[in-house]
Amino acid sequence: MQPHAGDDARTRATPLTTTLTNPEATQSSARPVYAISARGLVKSYTGPDGTTTHAVRGLDLDVRGGETFAFLGPNGAGKSTTLALLCALARPTAGQATVAGADVLSRPDQVRRAVGMLFQHSALDPDLTTEQNLYIHARLYGLRRRHARLRVTETLETVGLADRRCSPVRTLSGGMRRRLELARGLLHAPRMLFLDEPTTGLDPHARAQVWEHLRALRDRHGCTLFVTTHYLEEAENCDRLGILDHGRLVAQGTPLALKAAIGEDRVVLRTGDDAAARRVVGRTAPPGLAVTLETEGVSLRVPDGSAWIPRLCAALEAHGIAVHAASATPPTLDDVFFHHTGRSIHTPRSHREPAASVPGATTPATEEAP
Amino acid sequence: MTAPALPASDASDPPDAPGASGREPGHRLRHELRAVHALVHRDLLRLAAQPVHTALMLLQPVLYLFVLGGGLAALIPNSSLGTGYQTYLFPGMLMMTVQAPAVIVGVRLITDRQSGYLRELLMAPVGRPTLLLGSCAGGTIVSTVQGTVLLGLAGAVGLPYDPLLLALLLAGMVLASFTVTALSLSLAVSLDRPEIFHMLLGLVMMPLLFLSGGFFPLENLPGWAHALTAVNPLAYGVDLLRRCIALRVPGQAATVGIEWSGLRPPLLLEGALLLATGVVALLWAAHRFSRPE
Repeated sequence: MQPHAGDDARTRATPLTTTLTNPEATQSSARPVYAISARGLVKSYTGPDGTTTHAVRGLDLDVRGGETFAFLGPNGAGKSTTLALLCALARPTAGQATVAGADVLSRPDQVRRAVGMLFQHSALDPDLTTEQNLYIHARLYGLRRRHARLRVTETLETVGLADRRCSPVRTLSGGMRRRLELARGLLHAPRMLFLDEPTTGLDPHARAQVWEHLRALRDRHGCTLFVTTHYLEEAENCDRLGILDHGRLVAQGTPLALKAAIGEDRVVLRTGDDAAARRVVGRTAPPGLAVTLETEGVSLRVPDGSAWIPRLCAALEAHGIAVHAASATPPTLDDVFFHHTGRSIHTPRSHREPAASVPGATTPATEEAP
Repeated sequence: MTAPALPASDASDPPDAPGASGREPGHRLRHELRAVHALVHRDLLRLAAQPVHTALMLLQPVLYLFVLGGGLAALIPNSSLGTGYQTYLFPGMLMMTVQAPAVIVGVRLITDRQSGYLRELLMAPVGRPTLLLGSCAGGTIVSTVQGTVLLGLAGAVGLPYDPLLLALLLAGMVLASFTVTALSLSLAVSLDRPEIFHMLLGLVMMPLLFLSGGFFPLENLPGWAHALTAVNPLAYGVDLLRRCIALRVPGQAATVGIEWSGLRPPLLLEGALLLATGVVALLWAAHRFSRPE
């Protein structure tokens, strides 16, 4: 496993993960090791009244170096907790994880030195200027004075805030603050960046700007990005994504593969008499398919949906039902989410599962999960 | 007055590579020192960024010194204190100046935790005790800076601008600031709501200040009050400062401060006691703070 010459700086500090015996690791030539590798990660909290909350329930995760990985899930799915575990801010109740070549349990300081973090609710010192905020943080990370000053200037330029270097943080807009926080995460030139909902609460323009910077980081510096989001269109643009629900990873893969795995297009027919059309469609379509009546018409999920439209239309014409419109849409990420969790990401979770009923923490997670 | 002096890094020192691990002890220590310096730097920048706040905090002891001190000076004959009342009040006012910003360090730890700033600090690749040490050093230095401003008024209450006296008082203030900051932090690490901290302060600080011997001599107080002063860190601070003045300006020590069953502890023992209290409080706070989540 010989790292490329130009890549030695990145791989030098990650000798631990090379011991991972994964066939895929040898296939990717430039970055042969996983940037993140977690096995059976569990985190549970004991509440004040003795109840145990399982935030993360046995998570297995592999993220390759240089990859942009998105964690998709509704609020409370355990995204932030997982991030805290991966950047060694919280100790897992069970399981193990290697991040940037260091074990989060035995070398948390090394992990924290190698990663940058953008918290969901980030905090800056509002009374100090952007430059002062960054300088203090650079020194906290152990940068020498001159180097710290240099990095402050560089990162402020990277995020396009060089002209606001002397502005107190309280005078910045929300989007500027987010970019400043991004700059703060980049001060120590981390190889990996964790971003917890980096664009929540920003307007579309500011969101686009943040993503522009993130993409530049990935393309120019080969940064591994680990993003949590509940925006589907953001997850769509990532290399791979994992769907997290109730503290479990229910699916992971590239957006395309995940959508292809569902394999069913959504066919919607708007007719003159939807109720009658539903019965006709139900008889025509392959048996066992759920045909539902929705506001926009009769809808069903079927593989190769566009090929079914003429057949369904013909059947409906034969029964004298006029078809006004017909469409077949390939599955979206929301459909993927629906498929794996049984609900749309946009609908609030119906109930909280009683924590005790889940065996997540009681069964020690298997270390050598396949 | 800024920060612990760091060893000048020579030019051949390799740049801080992101992956540089602190395996080498000296390297590691330097990183921890830089973190301490960062936190002290932050406190000084905040001090400079909030001039109004700082001025208001200084105003209170100045008002006490000249309004209360000036008014009562006419009532209290010099013979009962061995000196004018304003001069008598001075060490107490130095202590009052110093304790306010020191106590606020604890409040800031709690508000930092609430705002999420503390989490940003915890992400830094340094030990948690280092972060607490940095907060403590920052609070101590900011308190001492404010005390030094008030020290400039020494001439107005009839004390000479004797360099050794000023140096002694400065050292006394550093010690007192450190102890109060450490105590404040040790309280703050186990509280998660600033309201509770403020309530405790309101409950505790006023009696502590009045029983510090800063406003009136403690010798005429009833026995239970004596017991309280014997465990009051502010009383030790005031006594320390007053005896520093007495060392250089004779005729000032007519009043008795701290007494243990009729015996005055030596000056150095008082100082050592303050230091030990501060160190123990800081160690305990660091221990609580280091518990993993």
